[in-house]
Amino acid sequence: MKAHIKLIWRLVALALVTVVVQESAVSQISIFGISADLTPLVVMSVGLLAGSMPGAIMGFGTGLLVDTVLVQTLGVTSLLYIAIGYWAGRLRELRDPAHGLVPLAAGAAATAFAGLGMTLIQFLLGVDSPVSLLLVQQIFITVLVNTLLALPVYAIVRKVVQPALPDDPRRRRRRAYTTGGLSPLQQPSQRLGQMTRGS
Amino acid sequence: MHDKQVRRRRAVLALLVCVSLILLTAYFGESPSSPLHNVQRGIVEVLSPVQQGASTVLSPVRDVAGWFSDTLNAKTQRDRLRKQVDSLTKQVDLYRQQATLTRQLEQQIKLDNSNSIDTYEPVAADVIGRDPTLWYQTITIDKGSDDGVRFNDPVTGYGALVGKVTTVDPTVSVVTLITDHTFAVAAEVLDSSGDTGILVPAVGNPNQLLLQDLPGHAPIQPGQQVVTSGFKDGSLSSLYPAGIPIGQVANFNTNELLSNQQVPVSPQADLRHLSVVQVLTRLSNNTARAQVGP
Repeated sequence: MKAHIKLIWRLVALALVTVVVQESAVSQISIFGISADLTPLVVMSVGLLAGSMPGAIMGFGTGLLVDTVLVQTLGVTSLLYIAIGYWAGRLRELRDPAHGLVPLAAGAAATAFAGLGMTLIQFLLGVDSPVSLLLVQQIFITVLVNTLLALPVYAIVRKVVQPALPDDPRRRRRRAYTTGGLSPLQQPSQRLGQMTRGS
Repeated sequence: MHDKQVRRRRAVLALLVCVSLILLTAYFGESPSSPLHNVQRGIVEVLSPVQQGASTVLSPVRDVAGWFSDTLNAKTQRDRLRKQVDSLTKQVDLYRQQATLTRQLEQQIKLDNSNSIDTYEPVAADVIGRDPTLWYQTITIDKGSDDGVRFNDPVTGYGALVGKVTTVDPTVSVVTLITDHTFAVAAEVLDSSGDTGILVPAVGNPNQLLLQDLPGHAPIQPGQQVVTSGFKDGSLSSLYPAGIPIGQVANFNTNELLSNQQVPVSPQADLRHLSVVQVLTRLSNNTARAQVGP
């Protein structure tokens, strides 16, 4: 219970800091004519690290905060970010991807989903002005820029969130395999040898 | 145990989606003075000191990034600006002469100038926040109703129109930029016949606007200045005073003007790098204000 409260506080602080930094600094830096958007990356990272339910809740909270602070239509961004957090969490729960570049691909997918989803919702809500085809190009460049930022953002989120996460048996088992300590494929003598060398 | 977890996960997901949809539906149908909007403004007001602090602390980061961006574009900008200076120098002499003549004629016929730009008081404001999404083009500034800023006040930057105030709190305001999909303004091309139209953004292309509803045979040429047209009819006046520069007519195909009655316009202000803007606040509020819709 105490671990859960610790995790909740960390996620609330993370969401607040992310939205403030995004709006006050990152959004005002133009790269190839667009600005990077850290918020879908942070939601994706939380989903990948903590699972589908914390991911979806983090997505909802961050989205609501973004919509509130930027005085946008409430509910639009939260709807998109719930899907991103939940999907990233399910990816972890079902596949448990261990490759170091997974956040890169997941970050690209999350940004593309956020960009295209926002476009779709805006069309559903009604667009009065003409829409340029360059919008697709802008979304594509945003995905590229965000993909480059996905790994550092994931590393920062992991540093913040991981100490508050309950220990996952699957991860513990994998750690044991990769360090060679508890693998059932190893002979007892090999394991003993390792322990002797280690000591 | 596993089924219970799955059920709980699905229930939480369904709840979150339902809350989002309810919020979206409620907010979309509400007026700007509704409770949800008020709560939103309250939260913006509470968070504004944090935003201002963060904006100040993080300004060196922005400056460094801006320096790299500016350096990369400096040479292109220099060449473009040199050409612009040459053509504008010729125009300035002509306009000075015309301005003197216009002033004399205005005095003779006692023209009503109560909606001219001179009747507005500019209030300088720092940009403390910006929307990252491609769909919402808004900035947050550090001036609000305490400084005389009011809803729908025009906002200028780099000497040109950049948007209008759409949310006002005592110490902070949100400005919707001219590239936002909800924006529209009546504008005039400074050509020989002063053709007017409705200027709207081209969503997805932040460097271009479209001047629509023009006469098909208007004598418009690329490079001509586009300014707000403004109007005043009795107690009703436009949101924007006449004569605020907006941009220049970009290169276009004549067929586009003939068939679609529209020409592309390049905004004069660099909307991606706004750090300081001016809000044009009205000294008196005796007239009702109106604007065109997109």
